Amino acid sequence: MIPAGFDYHAPRSVADAVRLLGQLGPEAKLLAGGHSLLPMMKLRFAEPAHLVDLGRIAELRGISEAGNEVRIGAMTTEAELLRSKLLAEKVPLLVEGAGWIADPQVRNKGTIGGDISHGDPANDQPALMLALDASFVLTGPKGERVVKADGYFLGLYSTQLAEDEILTQIRIPLPPAGSGWSYQKLKRKTGDFATAATAVMLQMKGRSVARVAIALTNAGPTVLKARAAEAYLAGKALDDASLNEAARLAMGICQPTPDQRGDAEYKVAMCGEMTRRALQAAHARAKG
Amino acid sequence: MSETAELKDREHKLQGIGTSMLRNEDAKFIRGQGSYIDDIKLPGMLFGAVVRSPYAHARIRKIDKAKALACPGVVAVLTADDLKPVKLHWMPTLGGDVQAVLADKKVCFQYQEVAMVLGTDRFAAYDGAALVEVDYEELPAIVDPKKSMAPGAPVIREDIQDKKEVGHGPRTHPNHIFTWEAGDKAAADAAFKSAQVTVREEILNPRVHPCPLETCGCVASFDKATGYLTVYITSQAPHLVRTVLAMLSGIAESKIRVVGGDIGGGFGNKVPVYPGYVVAIVASIVTGVPIKWIESRIDNISTTGFARDYHCVGELAADKDGRIKGLRFTALADHGAFNSHVSATKLPAGLFSICTGSYAIPNAYARVDAVYTNKAPGGVAYRCSLRVTEAIYLIERMMDVLALKLGIDKAEIRRRNFVRKEQFPYTTSLGWTLDSGDYHTALDKVLKAVDYEGLRKEQAAKRADPKSPTLMGIGISTFTEIVGAGPTKVCDILGVGLFDSCEIRVHPTGGVIARLGTMSQGQGHATTYAQIIATELGLPASDIVVEEGDTDKSPYGAGTWGSRSTPVSGAATAVAARKIKEKAKKIAAHLLEVSEGDLEWEIDRFKVKGNPGQAKTMKELCMVAHTGNLPAGMEQGLNAITYYDPPNLTFPFGAYLCVLDIDKFTGEAKVRRFYALDDCGTRINPMIIEGQIHGGLTEAFAVAMGQQIPFDESGNHLGNSLMDYFLPTAVETPKWETDHTVTLCPHHPLGAKGVAESPHVGGIPCFSNAVIDAFAHLGVTHMDMPHSAWRVWQQCKALGVNKR
Amino acid sequence: MAIARKVSFKLNGKPVEVTVEPRELLIYTLRERLAHTGPHIGCETSHCGACTVDLNQMSVKSCTVLTVQCEAAELTTIEGMEQGGALHALQQAFHEEHGLQCGYCTPGMITRAYRLLKENPSPSEQDIRSGISGNLCRCTGYQNIVKAVQSAAKKLAAAR
Repeated sequence: MIPAGFDYHAPRSVADAVRLLGQLGPEAKLLAGGHSLLPMMKLRFAEPAHLVDLGRIAELRGISEAGNEVRIGAMTTEAELLRSKLLAEKVPLLVEGAGWIADPQVRNKGTIGGDISHGDPANDQPALMLALDASFVLTGPKGERVVKADGYFLGLYSTQLAEDEILTQIRIPLPPAGSGWSYQKLKRKTGDFATAATAVMLQMKGRSVARVAIALTNAGPTVLKARAAEAYLAGKALDDASLNEAARLAMGICQPTPDQRGDAEYKVAMCGEMTRRALQAAHARAKG
Repeated sequence: MSETAELKDREHKLQGIGTSMLRNEDAKFIRGQGSYIDDIKLPGMLFGAVVRSPYAHARIRKIDKAKALACPGVVAVLTADDLKPVKLHWMPTLGGDVQAVLADKKVCFQYQEVAMVLGTDRFAAYDGAALVEVDYEELPAIVDPKKSMAPGAPVIREDIQDKKEVGHGPRTHPNHIFTWEAGDKAAADAAFKSAQVTVREEILNPRVHPCPLETCGCVASFDKATGYLTVYITSQAPHLVRTVLAMLSGIAESKIRVVGGDIGGGFGNKVPVYPGYVVAIVASIVTGVPIKWIESRIDNISTTGFARDYHCVGELAADKDGRIKGLRFTALADHGAFNSHVSATKLPAGLFSICTGSYAIPNAYARVDAVYTNKAPGGVAYRCSLRVTEAIYLIERMMDVLALKLGIDKAEIRRRNFVRKEQFPYTTSLGWTLDSGDYHTALDKVLKAVDYEGLRKEQAAKRADPKSPTLMGIGISTFTEIVGAGPTKVCDILGVGLFDSCEIRVHPTGGVIARLGTMSQGQGHATTYAQIIATELGLPASDIVVEEGDTDKSPYGAGTWGSRSTPVSGAATAVAARKIKEKAKKIAAHLLEVSEGDLEWEIDRFKVKGNPGQAKTMKELCMVAHTGNLPAGMEQGLNAITYYDPPNLTFPFGAYLCVLDIDKFTGEAKVRRFYALDDCGTRINPMIIEGQIHGGLTEAFAVAMGQQIPFDESGNHLGNSLMDYFLPTAVETPKWETDHTVTLCPHHPLGAKGVAESPHVGGIPCFSNAVIDAFAHLGVTHMDMPHSAWRVWQQCKALGVNKR
Repeated sequence: MAIARKVSFKLNGKPVEVTVEPRELLIYTLRERLAHTGPHIGCETSHCGACTVDLNQMSVKSCTVLTVQCEAAELTTIEGMEQGGALHALQQAFHEEHGLQCGYCTPGMITRAYRLLKENPSPSEQDIRSGISGNLCRCTGYQNIVKAVQSAAKKLAAAR
């Protein structure tokens, strides 16, 4: 119930935060929304000697449109994503996805950056980011670099983020007009992590798929992109046969961890089912 | 105002029995001014944090306190060795066994208490607890109760290895606790031999946990100068706790005060005496300062009284028309590592023998074999009315199994077997005398309200349609349950009879204070007892103060669990009020210069028959009772105290129906409709009853559809936090439709039966029956709970219904 | 080790100042230093919502917030709902609709409903149910809580 003791730092700028990380080394952890880290600390599964709170850094918040993309500060909360008129209009997948994360109170604190950086395959943002072909701005002592979401997630709790870097911004290319989108999440109850969930972004050309992105939550040690399913669907109509095959191909790459939500067989089957439903829902929304 | 209007107005002012009076207790809670155990702060108070075993079964080789003692703020570290001088390292349980307070030489379940660290605040206590070093030698654990009595099984309870019995008859194996039987086995066997049809199912009632929103805890405060022990505690039975503490500690019971304040939900979780309480008390006796112990949620789910874990075999024998001739129900009961659960001494399997349910079954036999496993102790909890949840689950499931076998409609087969209205009071073949009931009317009312025939037609159409994405299930539960423990000739705990009490004092200006031996944890006693007195005495309920929980003030009682408050203390309240009314009548007769026989009672006053202008209100009589103007030889005051020993338990009943739709492809079940008709006799406060029904049904939904306490083969918990333990939110929870009939209890002064556990007892089989009914046309006779999406999907897959 | 620091914020309209270790959770500061025992603790995994407070016009679980994060914050708890001796419409509605039994979830539930109605003054039943999905109740089955929030929403709308 009570975390072990630690020192607390609340820098006011990204530069200060990066400097602190460098000084404090591996004994320091970044505090974003705190709703993944603090529960672990209360159970003493994590005992960092230092917490660097990013909550006072104004430049890490905000949602804006810049050219062909939407830019979101990493400390933007899930609740802020839900309220954003810009996102509702331009990137509705993100609004739908954020609404499935946790509960109202947790969404007031949980951040998009935190949800991405944790490297937890059970978090929802990574699949949304892959489906949206997002990029991440990583800021370290040597400056900024931009990496694609596709390739960022390496394994369980492991991403391309270096120990001395901070994820500062998410950049999402504006989906083409007429795109279909859906995030289908199966869970035991409201607020639970996904038993299985699939994010889909879809562009149709007439009755055929022009392009589709399919990403899977909690189906392996990290978020998965269903590339074989995507490739298969290109140029095809979406009917029972092609949906079945796409689901089968998505299921083929799953290696879910069995837990109280289900064994591997169930989770794999549900991945297939959520993929099918996400494709159907995205199709219903797509125009073109 | 017309005469009728005037009578209605006077009645309305009382807010007595039958009124949906808003609750007296709300005022503090809506302001956040409740006084729960963790709100208590006493000067000099230390905080106790418990060190717990990571292993389910292990020897303790060594405990090293040094690092913990060196931690700033740590005052002491207590282990079994520190409790030995006062002989409190072990304690007797409410079940006739003994339980380790702090593990002595070995641990028998994961998270068992090993040490308590006392710190000047929470931080120090938890820091210290993290620094206690314990050397364990792991032992093989028994997790499956079917393996407990295997030859050569590891002995869990070495401390009682040589004991031939542990409170309930002979043991046949070191891991055996007791075997209990009821009924006539020979007659039942004969009925099965000659039956036209028999059915048999293996039915699991999985281990679950009541999980009230507030965990357990206490603040123990021993005054070294006076030798007086005060314990503030989350207990549903403060007086029983006081008596047990007197037995344990050797302190005179008159110098022990147990205080139950506001309790954040009990549901049976807060009846047992937990080791944490005892260590805190010893710590306070030793240090002379108050000690607070509050457990965490994970501690709560992992170590406090669980519920169920009954592995049953149900058998029914019937003729081809579905009339049951014989019943054989057996259960293997997993009690965990210690037999700690509440049960009347003569009834170690609680009231399981109510398992003939609402039906007239001529030959019945029930048997429960209880065993130890390397899991937390418990078994009787969670709105169970003492194993009634287990019993009614079994009979209601088996009715559906029998219906399926014979191709008889599930409502019809119940009708054919119901005890008929004219047969009450009806003594079952397992020995209970059901007080009153009208099961046919209840069931018919429900079936009509939901258009049962229409639902079955819809189901048939859906079953015939291979494209239907869902399977529709209709579940019925027509339950009779048994509450109000209980007559002292049958019901006692550690020898103390399960009577209960009410003491009423009426003040000169008409205010009343009533104190009782029960203990509300949200059931609205401050309102409902006041309403009983309001109707009996003709004084407004809003002027009646009700107190429970402080053993210094309240008369002795066994507390609130098993829906016993209305049947026992409610009766005591009525009887005490009537004593006062009798005395008031004498005073009225004296004042009006008539004989008592000339008086009649009307709402709030005594009137002279045939001379209505001559009357004395109870309010007036309250003052007179404190003057000299009394009949010769009468003492002043309008007070009474009653200890009520009920002549029988009570038997509330109901008919529930659930409609749900199962997604073939995910296994998710969506409850479309749930209709609950309850009959609890006289309804004191309909609003409060409805609230209890909503709550009990929600807990039933949680149990049937998702709750369990899973373990791996080494006895490690796999889902003991709220991450995994299924507590539904407002989104998952269905909407409830409630209805009622009123069949009075013939032996209760108010005709009331108690109701708060009925929705749980009746709800669980209703949900379960609905899920299984969805698959019945495909030959499925039974599926074990919990009916989580995963488990239901496995059934879909096995049947191939999830193929597209 | 960890140096305690001063934190100043407003609690139910009144300025307060506490000195706390960084690891002290807001729920403990409220309950034990500031004697506001309305918000309760029901779990340690941030699920139950009994600790819900209103922090800078947002519902948050105070068991998952460090007090040191609250510098200059505006905090409202159940104790701040009653103003000038008058109950908030929600408090009155919970009483009238029997939206509480043991009372343990009630402070967090009312505090959450307070913000819910500010964010969405005319919520549908579904809006209410998902709006309170971060607050668990074991006693009521939520049905009367929903009625209470609906009733309060009507009263607040009428008063505007």
